[in-house]
Amino acid sequence: MKFLEEQIKKMGKLFEKGKPLEKFYPLYEALDTFLLTPGTTIPKAPFVRDAVDLKRVMSFVVIALIPCLCMGIYNVGYQMEAAQGAAHSFWGAVASGAAKVIPIILVSYLAGGLWEVLFAVVRKHEINEGFLVTGILYALILPPTIPLWQAAVGISFGVVFGKEIFGGTGMNVFNPALVARAFVFFAYPAQISGSTVWVALDGYTRATPLAVAAATPKGQSVVQALQEAGYNFGNMFAGFIPGSIGETSALACLMGLIFLLVTRVASWRAVAGCVLGFLTMSSIFYFLRGPQKLAFFALPPHWHLVMGGFAFGSVFMATDPVSSSATDAGRWIYGFLIGVLTVLIRVANPAYPEGVMLSILFMNAFAPLIDHFVVENHIKRRLRLLYRKA
Amino acid sequence: MAEALLSNKNKKILKDGVWDTNPITYQVLGICSALAVTTQLKTALVMSFGLTFVTAMSNVVISLIRNYIPSQIRIIVQLTVVSALVITIDQLLRAYMFDVSKQLSVFVGLIITNCIVMGRLEAFAMGNPPWKSFLDGLGNGLGYSAVLVIIGIIREIFGSGTLLGYHVIPASFYANGYVNNGMMVLAPGAFFLLGVIVWVQRAISGYSES
Repeated sequence: MKFLEEQIKKMGKLFEKGKPLEKFYPLYEALDTFLLTPGTTIPKAPFVRDAVDLKRVMSFVVIALIPCLCMGIYNVGYQMEAAQGAAHSFWGAVASGAAKVIPIILVSYLAGGLWEVLFAVVRKHEINEGFLVTGILYALILPPTIPLWQAAVGISFGVVFGKEIFGGTGMNVFNPALVARAFVFFAYPAQISGSTVWVALDGYTRATPLAVAAATPKGQSVVQALQEAGYNFGNMFAGFIPGSIGETSALACLMGLIFLLVTRVASWRAVAGCVLGFLTMSSIFYFLRGPQKLAFFALPPHWHLVMGGFAFGSVFMATDPVSSSATDAGRWIYGFLIGVLTVLIRVANPAYPEGVMLSILFMNAFAPLIDHFVVENHIKRRLRLLYRKA
Repeated sequence: MAEALLSNKNKKILKDGVWDTNPITYQVLGICSALAVTTQLKTALVMSFGLTFVTAMSNVVISLIRNYIPSQIRIIVQLTVVSALVITIDQLLRAYMFDVSKQLSVFVGLIITNCIVMGRLEAFAMGNPPWKSFLDGLGNGLGYSAVLVIIGIIREIFGSGTLLGYHVIPASFYANGYVNNGMMVLAPGAFFLLGVIVWVQRAISGYSES
Protein backbone atom coordinates (compact mmCIF):
# COMPACT_ATOMS: atom_id res chain seq x y z
CA MET A 1 0.00 0.00 0.00
CA LYS A 2 2.78 2.33 0.98
CA PHE A 3 4.41 1.78 -2.40
CA LEU A 4 1.19 2.54 -4.26
CA GLU A 5 0.68 5.70 -2.27
CA GLU A 6 4.18 6.92 -3.04
CA GLN A 7 3.72 6.22 -6.74
CA ILE A 8 0.49 8.21 -6.83
CA LYS A 9 2.08 11.13 -5.00
CA LYS A 10 5.04 11.02 -7.36
CA MET A 11 2.64 11.08 -10.30
CA GLY A 12 0.87 14.03 -8.71
CA LYS A 13 4.04 16.14 -8.96
CA LEU A 14 3.55 16.17 -12.72
CA PHE A 15 0.17 17.86 -12.33
CA GLU A 16 1.26 20.73 -10.11
CA LYS A 17 1.25 24.36 -11.18
CA GLY A 18 3.82 25.07 -13.87
CA LYS A 19 4.36 21.39 -14.63
CA PRO A 20 3.52 19.94 -18.08
CA LEU A 21 0.25 18.29 -17.10
CA GLU A 22 -1.11 21.22 -15.08
CA LYS A 23 -4.28 21.44 -17.18
CA PHE A 24 -5.27 17.90 -16.29
CA TYR A 25 -5.05 18.39 -12.52
CA PRO A 26 -8.76 17.53 -12.04
CA LEU A 27 -8.10 14.04 -13.41
CA TYR A 28 -5.33 13.47 -10.89
CA GLU A 29 -7.36 14.97 -8.08
CA ALA A 30 -10.25 12.59 -8.80
CA LEU A 31 -8.00 9.53 -8.77
CA ASP A 32 -6.15 10.69 -5.67
CA THR A 33 -9.18 11.41 -3.50
CA PHE A 34 -11.02 8.34 -4.73
CA LEU A 35 -8.23 5.97 -3.78
CA LEU A 36 -6.67 7.78 -0.83
CA THR A 37 -7.95 9.97 1.94
CA PRO A 38 -6.97 13.54 1.13
CA GLY A 39 -4.11 14.75 3.33
CA THR A 40 -5.35 18.32 3.47
CA THR A 41 -7.58 19.68 6.22
CA ILE A 42 -9.14 23.10 6.22
CA PRO A 43 -7.50 25.46 8.70
CA LYS A 44 -10.62 27.19 10.04
CA ALA A 45 -14.06 26.31 11.36
CA PRO A 46 -16.62 25.01 10.50
CA PHE A 47 -15.39 21.44 10.73
CA VAL A 48 -17.84 18.67 9.90
CA ARG A 49 -17.41 15.81 12.35
CA ASP A 50 -18.63 13.02 10.13
CA ALA A 51 -17.01 10.40 7.94
CA VAL A 52 -19.62 10.99 5.24
CA ASP A 53 -18.80 13.14 2.26
CA LEU A 54 -20.13 13.46 -1.26
CA LYS A 55 -17.97 10.62 -2.52
CA ARG A 56 -19.25 8.19 0.10
CA VAL A 57 -22.86 9.18 -0.50
CA MET A 58 -22.51 8.59 -4.20
CA SER A 59 -20.71 5.27 -3.64
CA PHE A 60 -23.60 4.17 -1.41
CA VAL A 61 -26.08 4.83 -4.22
CA VAL A 62 -23.95 2.77 -6.60
CA ILE A 63 -23.89 -0.08 -4.04
CA ALA A 64 -27.67 0.18 -3.67
CA LEU A 65 -27.98 -0.24 -7.42
CA ILE A 66 -26.15 -3.60 -7.42
CA PRO A 67 -29.31 -5.75 -6.91
CA CYS A 68 -31.02 -3.96 -9.81
CA LEU A 69 -27.94 -4.33 -11.98
CA CYS A 70 -27.53 -8.07 -11.29
CA MET A 71 -31.23 -8.69 -11.75
CA GLY A 72 -31.15 -6.61 -14.92
CA ILE A 73 -28.28 -8.57 -16.45
CA TYR A 74 -29.88 -11.89 -15.57
CA ASN A 75 -33.32 -10.86 -16.80
CA VAL A 76 -32.06 -9.58 -20.16
CA GLY A 77 -30.49 -12.98 -20.78
CA TYR A 78 -33.53 -14.80 -19.36
CA GLN A 79 -35.87 -12.95 -21.72
CA MET A 80 -33.65 -13.82 -24.69
CA GLU A 81 -33.68 -17.51 -23.77
CA ALA A 82 -37.41 -17.50 -23.22
CA ALA A 83 -37.96 -15.80 -26.58
CA GLN A 84 -35.79 -18.37 -28.38
CA GLY A 85 -37.54 -21.17 -26.58
CA ALA A 86 -34.11 -22.43 -25.56
CA ALA A 87 -33.53 -24.56 -22.49
CA HIS A 88 -32.96 -22.38 -19.44
CA SER A 89 -29.49 -22.25 -17.95
CA PHE A 90 -28.53 -19.76 -15.26
CA TRP A 91 -25.01 -19.04 -16.44
CA GLY A 92 -26.09 -18.95 -20.07
CA ALA A 93 -28.62 -16.24 -19.22
CA VAL A 94 -26.06 -14.27 -17.22
CA ALA A 95 -23.54 -14.48 -20.06
CA SER A 96 -25.89 -13.39 -22.82
CA GLY A 97 -27.37 -10.68 -20.59
CA ALA A 98 -23.95 -9.34 -19.68
CA ALA A 99 -22.99 -9.24 -23.36
CA LYS A 100 -25.88 -6.82 -23.93
CA VAL A 101 -25.75 -4.77 -20.73
CA ILE A 102 -22.02 -4.27 -20.10
CA PRO A 103 -21.37 -2.45 -23.44
CA ILE A 104 -24.25 -0.03 -22.68
CA ILE A 105 -22.82 0.74 -19.24
CA LEU A 106 -19.31 1.18 -20.64
CA VAL A 107 -20.50 3.52 -23.39
CA SER A 108 -22.51 5.50 -20.87
CA TYR A 109 -19.47 5.94 -18.62
CA LEU A 110 -17.04 6.66 -21.46
CA ALA A 111 -19.14 9.16 -23.40
CA GLY A 112 -20.47 10.90 -20.30
CA GLY A 113 -17.09 10.80 -18.59
CA LEU A 114 -15.48 12.49 -21.56
CA TRP A 115 -17.77 15.52 -21.18
CA GLU A 116 -17.34 15.48 -17.42
CA VAL A 117 -13.53 15.61 -17.77
CA LEU A 118 -13.71 18.23 -20.52
CA PHE A 119 -15.77 20.57 -18.35
CA ALA A 120 -13.64 19.87 -15.30
CA VAL A 121 -10.51 20.84 -17.23
CA VAL A 122 -11.96 23.95 -18.89
CA ARG A 123 -13.89 25.20 -15.87
CA LYS A 124 -11.20 24.07 -13.42
CA HIS A 125 -13.55 22.25 -11.08
CA GLU A 126 -13.12 18.77 -9.69
CA ILE A 127 -14.38 15.65 -11.37
CA ASN A 128 -17.29 14.47 -9.34
CA GLU A 129 -18.37 11.03 -8.19
CA GLY A 130 -21.92 12.13 -8.93
CA PHE A 131 -21.25 10.99 -12.44
CA LEU A 132 -20.65 7.40 -11.31
CA VAL A 133 -24.30 7.38 -10.25
CA THR A 134 -25.64 9.21 -13.30
CA GLY A 135 -23.79 6.91 -15.70
CA ILE A 136 -25.18 3.71 -14.27
CA LEU A 137 -28.68 5.04 -13.59
CA TYR A 138 -28.90 6.08 -17.21
CA ALA A 139 -27.74 2.69 -18.48
CA LEU A 140 -30.28 0.90 -16.29
CA ILE A 141 -33.27 2.83 -17.65
CA LEU A 142 -32.51 2.08 -21.31
CA PRO A 143 -33.95 -0.87 -23.23
CA PRO A 144 -31.34 -3.64 -23.78
CA THR A 145 -31.54 -3.18 -27.57
CA ILE A 146 -30.60 0.51 -27.61
CA PRO A 147 -27.98 1.23 -30.33
CA LEU A 148 -24.76 2.19 -28.55
CA TRP A 149 -24.30 5.43 -30.49
CA GLN A 150 -27.73 6.58 -29.37
CA ALA A 151 -26.83 5.77 -25.78
CA ALA A 152 -23.69 7.91 -26.22
CA VAL A 153 -25.60 10.85 -27.74
CA GLY A 154 -28.16 10.67 -24.95
CA ILE A 155 -25.68 10.71 -22.06
CA SER A 156 -23.72 13.53 -23.72
CA PHE A 157 -26.89 15.60 -23.81
CA GLY A 158 -27.76 14.61 -20.24
CA VAL A 159 -24.37 15.59 -18.82
CA VAL A 160 -24.04 18.87 -20.74
CA PHE A 161 -27.65 20.13 -20.71
CA GLY A 162 -28.83 18.32 -17.60
CA LYS A 163 -25.91 19.27 -15.38
CA GLU A 164 -22.97 21.26 -16.69
CA ILE A 165 -24.85 24.28 -18.06
CA PHE A 166 -26.32 24.81 -14.60
CA GLY A 167 -22.86 24.81 -13.08
CA GLY A 168 -22.07 21.14 -12.46
CA THR A 169 -22.83 18.73 -9.63
CA GLY A 170 -25.18 20.10 -7.02
CA MET A 171 -26.51 22.90 -9.22
CA ASN A 172 -28.64 20.87 -11.61
CA VAL A 173 -32.39 21.50 -11.69
CA PHE A 174 -33.17 18.17 -13.37
CA ASN A 175 -31.90 14.67 -12.80
CA PRO A 176 -29.18 14.29 -15.51
CA ALA A 177 -29.88 10.59 -16.13
CA LEU A 178 -33.54 11.34 -16.76
CA VAL A 179 -32.70 14.31 -18.98
CA ALA A 180 -30.51 11.95 -21.02
CA ARG A 181 -33.28 9.38 -21.29
CA ALA A 182 -35.87 12.01 -22.18
CA PHE A 183 -33.61 13.19 -25.01
CA VAL A 184 -33.32 9.67 -26.44
CA PHE A 185 -37.06 9.18 -25.92
CA PHE A 186 -38.01 12.20 -28.02
CA ALA A 187 -35.14 12.06 -30.52
CA TYR A 188 -35.23 8.35 -31.34
CA PRO A 189 -38.70 7.15 -30.29
CA ALA A 190 -38.55 4.03 -32.44
CA GLN A 191 -35.58 2.65 -30.47
CA ILE A 192 -36.94 3.25 -26.97
CA SER A 193 -40.69 2.64 -27.15
CA GLY A 194 -43.07 0.20 -28.76
CA SER A 195 -43.08 -3.56 -28.36
CA THR A 196 -39.99 -4.72 -30.28
CA VAL A 197 -37.20 -3.15 -28.24
CA TRP A 198 -37.54 -4.77 -24.81
CA VAL A 199 -36.22 -8.22 -25.64
CA ALA A 200 -32.73 -8.30 -27.15
CA LEU A 201 -33.61 -10.56 -30.05
CA ASP A 202 -34.07 -9.32 -33.61
CA GLY A 203 -37.63 -9.28 -34.85
CA TYR A 204 -39.08 -10.54 -31.57
CA THR A 205 -42.17 -8.70 -30.36
CA ARG A 206 -43.48 -8.72 -26.84
CA ALA A 207 -45.41 -5.84 -25.31
CA THR A 208 -44.51 -4.71 -21.80
CA PRO A 209 -47.20 -5.17 -19.12
CA LEU A 210 -48.06 -1.46 -19.26
CA ALA A 211 -48.48 -1.58 -23.04
CA VAL A 212 -50.73 -4.63 -22.69
CA ALA A 213 -52.82 -2.83 -20.08
CA ALA A 214 -53.06 0.33 -22.20
CA ALA A 215 -54.09 -1.65 -25.28
CA THR A 216 -56.86 -3.67 -23.59
CA PRO A 217 -60.17 -2.74 -25.27
CA LYS A 218 -63.05 -1.23 -23.31
CA GLY A 219 -65.27 -3.68 -21.47
CA GLN A 220 -62.61 -6.39 -21.14
CA SER A 221 -60.80 -7.36 -17.98
CA VAL A 222 -57.32 -5.88 -17.85
CA VAL A 223 -56.10 -8.44 -15.32
CA GLN A 224 -57.22 -11.25 -17.58
CA ALA A 225 -55.53 -9.63 -20.58
CA LEU A 226 -52.28 -9.40 -18.62
CA GLN A 227 -52.49 -13.02 -17.52
CA GLU A 228 -53.11 -14.13 -21.09
CA ALA A 229 -49.94 -12.24 -22.11
CA GLY A 230 -48.04 -14.21 -19.47
CA TYR A 231 -47.84 -11.61 -16.73
CA ASN A 232 -48.93 -12.15 -13.13
CA PHE A 233 -48.26 -10.32 -9.89
CA GLY A 234 -45.50 -12.74 -8.93
CA ASN A 235 -43.30 -12.45 -12.03
CA MET A 236 -43.84 -8.70 -12.28
CA PHE A 237 -42.79 -8.25 -8.64
CA ALA A 238 -39.71 -10.43 -9.09
CA GLY A 239 -38.91 -8.79 -12.42
CA PHE A 240 -39.02 -11.62 -14.97
CA ILE A 241 -40.71 -9.40 -17.52
CA PRO A 242 -39.47 -7.40 -20.51
CA GLY A 243 -38.64 -3.77 -19.85
CA SER A 244 -35.76 -1.34 -19.42
CA ILE A 245 -32.65 -3.11 -18.14
CA GLY A 246 -32.77 -2.31 -14.43
CA GLU A 247 -36.36 -1.31 -13.82
CA THR A 248 -38.23 -4.60 -14.15
CA SER A 249 -37.73 -5.97 -10.66
CA ALA A 250 -39.66 -4.27 -7.86
CA LEU A 251 -37.95 -6.70 -5.48
CA ALA A 252 -34.44 -5.53 -6.41
CA CYS A 253 -35.55 -1.90 -6.08
CA LEU A 254 -36.93 -2.71 -2.64
CA MET A 255 -33.54 -4.14 -1.61
CA GLY A 256 -31.84 -0.99 -2.87
CA LEU A 257 -34.36 1.13 -0.99
CA ILE A 258 -33.71 -0.65 2.30
CA PHE A 259 -29.97 -0.08 1.90
CA LEU A 260 -30.48 3.59 1.06
CA LEU A 261 -32.78 4.11 4.05
CA VAL A 262 -30.49 2.31 6.50
CA THR A 263 -27.53 4.41 5.36
CA ARG A 264 -29.78 7.50 5.36
CA VAL A 265 -28.76 8.47 1.86
CA ALA A 266 -32.32 8.63 0.53
CA SER A 267 -35.14 10.54 2.18
CA TRP A 268 -37.91 8.18 3.31
CA ARG A 269 -40.37 11.04 3.04
CA ALA A 270 -39.90 11.42 -0.71
CA VAL A 271 -40.35 7.69 -1.29
CA ALA A 272 -43.34 7.47 1.06
CA GLY A 273 -44.88 10.48 -0.67
CA CYS A 274 -44.41 8.84 -4.06
CA VAL A 275 -46.05 5.60 -2.97
CA LEU A 276 -48.90 7.39 -1.20
CA GLY A 277 -49.67 9.61 -4.19
CA PHE A 278 -49.36 6.64 -6.52
CA LEU A 279 -51.75 4.48 -4.51
CA THR A 280 -54.21 7.35 -4.04
CA MET A 281 -54.46 8.11 -7.73
CA SER A 282 -54.58 4.47 -8.86
CA SER A 283 -57.29 3.79 -6.23
CA ILE A 284 -59.32 6.70 -7.57
CA PHE A 285 -59.12 5.24 -11.07
CA TYR A 286 -59.92 1.76 -9.71
CA PHE A 287 -62.97 3.19 -7.92
CA LEU A 288 -64.18 4.85 -11.14
CA ARG A 289 -63.84 1.68 -13.24
CA GLY A 290 -66.75 0.48 -15.33
CA PRO A 291 -67.68 -0.98 -18.71
CA GLN A 292 -67.80 2.47 -20.31
CA LYS A 293 -64.38 3.50 -19.01
CA LEU A 294 -60.92 2.57 -20.30
CA ALA A 295 -59.98 -0.98 -19.31
CA PHE A 296 -56.80 0.44 -17.71
CA PHE A 297 -58.96 1.96 -14.92
CA ALA A 298 -59.68 -1.50 -13.54
CA LEU A 299 -56.03 -2.35 -12.84
CA PRO A 300 -55.71 -2.97 -9.09
CA PRO A 301 -53.39 -0.45 -7.34
CA HIS A 302 -50.99 -3.12 -6.08
CA TRP A 303 -50.51 -4.33 -9.67
CA HIS A 304 -49.79 -0.79 -10.76
CA LEU A 305 -47.06 -0.63 -8.15
CA VAL A 306 -44.95 -3.45 -9.62
CA MET A 307 -45.40 -2.57 -13.29
CA GLY A 308 -43.11 -0.36 -15.37
CA GLY A 309 -40.44 1.86 -13.89
CA PHE A 310 -42.28 3.28 -10.91
CA ALA A 311 -40.37 1.29 -8.28
CA PHE A 312 -37.00 2.19 -9.81
CA GLY A 313 -37.90 5.82 -10.38
CA SER A 314 -39.30 6.48 -6.93
CA VAL A 315 -36.38 4.78 -5.14
CA PHE A 316 -33.42 6.06 -7.17
CA MET A 317 -34.60 9.15 -9.05
CA ALA A 318 -37.20 10.86 -6.89
CA THR A 319 -34.79 10.70 -3.94
CA ASP A 320 -31.95 12.45 -5.79
CA PRO A 321 -30.83 14.93 -3.10
CA VAL A 322 -30.02 17.67 -5.62
CA SER A 323 -33.08 17.83 -7.84
CA SER A 324 -35.76 16.96 -5.26
CA SER A 325 -37.26 19.28 -2.65
CA ALA A 326 -35.02 19.98 0.31
CA THR A 327 -37.56 20.55 3.10
CA ASP A 328 -39.30 17.70 4.93
CA ALA A 329 -42.82 18.88 4.15
CA GLY A 330 -41.69 19.73 0.63
CA ARG A 331 -40.52 16.15 0.08
CA TRP A 332 -43.94 14.78 1.00
CA ILE A 333 -45.66 17.12 -1.47
CA TYR A 334 -43.02 16.52 -4.15
CA GLY A 335 -43.24 12.73 -3.83
CA PHE A 336 -47.03 12.73 -3.62
CA LEU A 337 -47.37 14.71 -6.84
CA ILE A 338 -44.87 12.43 -8.64
CA GLY A 339 -47.03 9.45 -7.72
CA VAL A 340 -50.25 11.15 -8.79
CA LEU A 341 -48.82 12.36 -12.11
CA THR A 342 -47.28 8.97 -12.93
CA VAL A 343 -50.64 7.20 -12.72
CA LEU A 344 -52.40 10.05 -14.49
CA ILE A 345 -50.02 9.87 -17.48
CA ARG A 346 -50.12 6.07 -17.55
CA VAL A 347 -53.87 5.69 -17.47
CA ALA A 348 -55.29 8.83 -19.01
CA ASN A 349 -52.80 9.44 -21.81
CA PRO A 350 -52.78 6.65 -24.40
CA ALA A 351 -49.66 8.08 -26.10
CA TYR A 352 -47.45 7.31 -23.10
CA PRO A 353 -47.99 3.94 -21.42
CA GLU A 354 -45.35 4.90 -18.82
CA GLY A 355 -45.23 8.22 -17.00
CA VAL A 356 -42.48 7.98 -14.36
CA MET A 357 -39.77 9.74 -16.35
CA LEU A 358 -41.96 12.66 -17.36
CA SER A 359 -43.57 13.09 -13.95
CA ILE A 360 -40.23 13.14 -12.10
CA LEU A 361 -38.75 15.64 -14.58
CA PHE A 362 -41.88 17.77 -14.26
CA MET A 363 -41.73 17.78 -10.48
CA ASN A 364 -37.97 18.49 -10.58
CA ALA A 365 -38.92 21.80 -12.14
CA PHE A 366 -41.38 22.52 -9.32
CA ALA A 367 -39.21 21.34 -6.42
CA PRO A 368 -37.71 24.80 -5.68
CA LEU A 369 -41.18 26.38 -5.79
CA ILE A 370 -42.53 23.82 -3.31
CA ASP A 371 -39.59 24.55 -1.00
CA HIS A 372 -40.24 28.26 -1.31
CA PHE A 373 -43.83 27.95 -0.14
CA VAL A 374 -42.95 25.54 2.64
CA VAL A 375 -40.37 27.99 4.01
CA GLU A 376 -42.71 31.00 3.61
CA ASN A 377 -45.43 29.13 5.41
CA HIS A 378 -43.07 28.20 8.22
CA ILE A 379 -41.99 31.82 8.65
CA LYS A 380 -45.61 32.98 8.72
CA ARG A 381 -46.50 30.44 11.37
CA ARG A 382 -43.55 31.41 13.56
CA LEU A 383 -44.42 35.08 13.22
CA ARG A 384 -47.99 34.41 14.27
CA LEU A 385 -46.77 32.55 17.34
CA LEU A 386 -44.43 35.41 18.18
CA TYR A 387 -47.16 38.05 18.02
CA ARG A 388 -49.57 35.97 20.06
CA LYS A 389 -47.06 35.81 22.90
CA ALA A 390 -46.19 39.48 22.73
CA MET B 1 -18.47 67.91 -43.80
CA ALA B 2 -19.79 64.89 -45.62
CA GLU B 3 -18.96 61.57 -44.03
CA ALA B 4 -17.63 58.71 -46.16
CA LEU B 5 -20.31 56.13 -46.92
CA LEU B 6 -18.41 53.41 -45.15
CA SER B 7 -16.52 55.33 -42.49
CA ASN B 8 -15.38 53.42 -39.42
CA LYS B 9 -18.37 54.72 -37.51
CA ASN B 10 -20.77 53.39 -40.10
CA LYS B 11 -18.98 50.07 -40.28
CA LYS B 12 -19.41 49.79 -36.56
CA ILE B 13 -23.19 50.34 -36.89
CA LEU B 14 -23.31 47.44 -39.32
CA LYS B 15 -21.08 45.21 -37.23
CA ASP B 16 -22.98 45.91 -33.99
CA GLY B 17 -26.17 44.45 -35.45
CA VAL B 18 -24.44 41.33 -36.67
CA TRP B 19 -22.26 40.59 -33.67
CA ASP B 20 -22.06 42.79 -30.58
CA THR B 21 -25.76 43.52 -30.18
CA ASN B 22 -27.10 40.65 -32.27
CA PRO B 23 -30.91 40.82 -32.10
CA ILE B 24 -31.28 37.15 -31.15
CA THR B 25 -28.27 36.31 -29.03
CA TYR B 26 -27.87 39.68 -27.28
CA GLN B 27 -31.28 41.35 -27.36
CA VAL B 28 -33.14 38.00 -27.30
CA LEU B 29 -35.82 39.22 -29.73
CA GLY B 30 -37.51 37.38 -32.58
CA ILE B 31 -37.21 34.00 -30.85
CA CYS B 32 -40.69 32.88 -31.88
CA SER B 33 -40.04 33.01 -35.61
CA ALA B 34 -36.53 31.62 -35.13
CA LEU B 35 -38.11 28.46 -33.68
CA ALA B 36 -40.97 28.22 -36.13
CA VAL B 37 -39.36 28.56 -39.55
CA THR B 38 -36.04 26.76 -39.08
CA THR B 39 -36.95 23.09 -39.57
CA GLN B 40 -35.65 23.54 -43.14
CA LEU B 41 -32.92 25.76 -44.48
CA LYS B 42 -35.09 26.99 -47.36
CA THR B 43 -37.79 28.53 -45.20
CA ALA B 44 -35.13 29.95 -42.89
CA LEU B 45 -33.43 31.66 -45.85
CA VAL B 46 -36.64 33.15 -47.20
CA MET B 47 -37.69 34.36 -43.77
CA SER B 48 -34.22 35.88 -43.23
CA PHE B 49 -34.41 37.71 -46.52
CA GLY B 50 -37.91 38.99 -45.76
CA LEU B 51 -37.01 40.28 -42.33
CA THR B 52 -33.72 41.87 -43.45
CA PHE B 53 -35.51 43.67 -46.29
CA VAL B 54 -38.32 44.93 -44.04
CA THR B 55 -35.99 46.06 -41.25
CA ALA B 56 -33.62 47.91 -43.58
CA MET B 57 -36.27 49.57 -45.75
CA SER B 58 -38.63 50.55 -42.93
CA ASN B 59 -35.64 52.06 -41.13
CA VAL B 60 -34.88 54.19 -44.22
CA VAL B 61 -38.48 55.32 -44.71
CA ILE B 62 -39.09 56.19 -41.07
CA SER B 63 -35.72 57.95 -40.87
CA LEU B 64 -36.64 60.10 -43.89
CA ILE B 65 -39.89 61.28 -42.36
CA ARG B 66 -38.79 61.18 -38.71
CA ASN B 67 -38.96 64.95 -38.28
CA TYR B 68 -42.56 65.11 -39.50
CA ILE B 69 -44.01 62.33 -37.32
CA PRO B 70 -45.95 63.66 -34.30
CA SER B 71 -44.63 61.66 -31.37
CA GLN B 72 -48.12 60.83 -30.05
CA ILE B 73 -49.00 58.77 -33.13
CA ARG B 74 -45.55 57.55 -34.11
CA ILE B 75 -46.30 53.86 -33.45
CA ILE B 76 -49.24 53.97 -35.86
CA VAL B 77 -47.11 55.62 -38.55
CA GLN B 78 -44.36 53.06 -38.04
CA LEU B 79 -46.82 50.17 -38.24
CA THR B 80 -48.30 51.53 -41.45
CA VAL B 81 -44.90 51.65 -43.11
CA VAL B 82 -43.93 48.18 -41.83
CA SER B 83 -47.26 46.68 -42.88
CA ALA B 84 -46.95 48.06 -46.39
CA LEU B 85 -43.50 46.47 -46.76
CA VAL B 86 -44.57 43.14 -45.26
CA ILE B 87 -47.62 42.92 -47.52
CA THR B 88 -45.37 43.56 -50.53
CA ILE B 89 -43.08 40.69 -49.49
CA ASP B 90 -46.00 38.42 -48.77
CA GLN B 91 -47.58 39.07 -52.17
CA LEU B 92 -44.25 38.51 -53.94
CA LEU B 93 -43.81 35.18 -52.16
CA ARG B 94 -47.32 34.08 -53.07
CA ALA B 95 -46.74 34.99 -56.68
CA TYR B 96 -43.32 33.42 -57.19
CA MET B 97 -42.69 30.91 -54.36
CA PHE B 98 -46.13 29.63 -53.48
CA ASP B 99 -45.00 26.43 -51.73
CA VAL B 100 -42.55 28.26 -49.47
CA SER B 101 -45.19 30.87 -48.76
CA LYS B 102 -47.55 28.13 -47.61
CA GLN B 103 -44.91 26.62 -45.34
CA LEU B 104 -44.14 29.98 -43.77
CA SER B 105 -47.90 30.53 -43.30
CA VAL B 106 -48.55 33.32 -40.78
CA PHE B 107 -44.92 33.99 -39.99
CA VAL B 108 -44.36 36.37 -42.88
CA GLY B 109 -47.40 38.39 -41.82
CA LEU B 110 -46.14 38.34 -38.27
CA ILE B 111 -43.00 40.24 -39.27
CA ILE B 112 -45.25 43.29 -38.75
CA THR B 113 -45.25 42.64 -35.02
CA ASN B 114 -41.66 41.36 -34.91
CA CYS B 115 -39.89 43.03 -32.01
CA ILE B 116 -36.70 43.47 -34.02
CA VAL B 117 -38.37 45.70 -36.62
CA MET B 118 -40.22 47.85 -34.10
CA GLY B 119 -37.23 47.94 -31.81
CA ARG B 120 -34.88 49.29 -34.50
CA LEU B 121 -37.42 51.91 -35.60
CA GLU B 122 -37.90 53.19 -32.07
CA ALA B 123 -34.31 52.89 -30.94
CA PHE B 124 -32.47 53.98 -34.08
CA ALA B 125 -34.41 55.27 -37.09
CA MET B 126 -36.33 57.90 -35.09
CA GLY B 127 -33.08 59.67 -34.24
CA ASN B 128 -30.64 59.01 -37.08
CA PRO B 129 -30.23 59.96 -40.77
CA PRO B 130 -31.36 57.56 -43.54
CA TRP B 131 -28.01 56.00 -44.54
CA LYS B 132 -27.03 55.16 -40.96
CA SER B 133 -30.54 53.82 -40.34
CA PHE B 134 -30.26 51.65 -43.43
CA LEU B 135 -26.97 50.19 -42.21
CA ASP B 136 -28.43 49.58 -38.77
CA GLY B 137 -31.47 47.80 -40.23
CA LEU B 138 -29.27 45.78 -42.55
CA GLY B 139 -26.90 44.81 -39.74
CA ASN B 140 -29.68 43.66 -37.45
CA GLY B 141 -31.38 41.81 -40.28
CA LEU B 142 -28.12 40.04 -41.14
CA GLY B 143 -27.51 39.19 -37.48
CA TYR B 144 -30.96 37.60 -37.30
CA SER B 145 -30.33 35.83 -40.61
CA ALA B 146 -27.00 34.40 -39.47
CA VAL B 147 -28.59 32.73 -36.45
CA LEU B 148 -31.55 31.47 -38.47
CA VAL B 149 -29.33 29.99 -41.16
CA ILE B 150 -27.10 28.21 -38.63
CA ILE B 151 -30.11 26.72 -36.84
CA GLY B 152 -31.76 25.87 -40.16
CA ILE B 153 -28.69 24.01 -41.44
CA ILE B 154 -28.24 21.97 -38.27
CA ARG B 155 -31.93 21.15 -37.89
CA GLU B 156 -32.36 20.10 -41.50
CA ILE B 157 -29.22 17.94 -41.60
CA PHE B 158 -29.84 16.13 -38.32
CA GLY B 159 -33.63 16.18 -38.37
CA SER B 160 -34.31 15.16 -41.96
CA GLY B 161 -30.89 14.18 -43.34
CA THR B 162 -31.18 16.74 -46.15
CA LEU B 163 -29.95 20.24 -46.98
CA LEU B 164 -32.12 22.45 -49.18
CA GLY B 165 -33.96 19.27 -50.08
CA TYR B 166 -30.85 17.33 -51.21
CA HIS B 167 -29.82 14.22 -49.30
CA VAL B 168 -26.53 14.91 -47.57
CA ILE B 169 -26.30 11.96 -45.20
CA PRO B 170 -25.23 8.95 -47.29
CA ALA B 171 -27.60 6.00 -47.57
CA SER B 172 -24.89 3.71 -46.17
CA PHE B 173 -25.29 5.48 -42.81
CA TYR B 174 -28.94 4.56 -42.67
CA ALA B 175 -28.18 1.01 -43.71
CA ASN B 176 -25.85 0.75 -40.71
CA GLY B 177 -28.42 1.89 -38.19
CA TYR B 178 -28.23 5.66 -38.30
CA VAL B 179 -31.56 7.31 -37.50
CA ASN B 180 -32.68 10.92 -37.96
CA ASN B 181 -32.99 12.84 -34.75
CA GLY B 182 -36.68 13.44 -34.08
CA MET B 183 -35.92 16.11 -31.48
CA MET B 184 -34.53 18.40 -34.18
CA VAL B 185 -37.85 18.76 -36.00
CA LEU B 186 -39.62 19.62 -32.73
CA ALA B 187 -39.52 23.13 -31.28
CA PRO B 188 -37.39 22.06 -28.24
CA GLY B 189 -34.58 21.09 -30.62
CA ALA B 190 -34.44 24.68 -31.88
CA PHE B 191 -34.49 25.94 -28.29
CA PHE B 192 -31.47 23.85 -27.36
CA LEU B 193 -29.58 24.95 -30.48
CA LEU B 194 -30.44 28.57 -29.81
CA GLY B 195 -29.15 28.15 -26.26
CA VAL B 196 -25.88 26.69 -27.54
CA ILE B 197 -25.47 29.54 -30.05
CA VAL B 198 -26.05 32.17 -27.34
CA TRP B 199 -23.59 30.30 -25.12
CA VAL B 200 -20.87 30.14 -27.78
CA GLN B 201 -21.38 33.74 -28.91
CA ARG B 202 -21.24 35.09 -25.37
CA ALA B 203 -18.23 32.93 -24.54
CA ILE B 204 -16.36 34.49 -27.47
CA SER B 205 -17.53 38.07 -26.99
CA GLY B 206 -17.13 37.88 -23.22
CA TYR B 207 -20.54 39.48 -22.64
CA SER B 208 -22.23 38.67 -19.35
CA GLU B 209 -25.58 39.85 -18.05
CA SER B 210 -24.52 40.49 -14.47
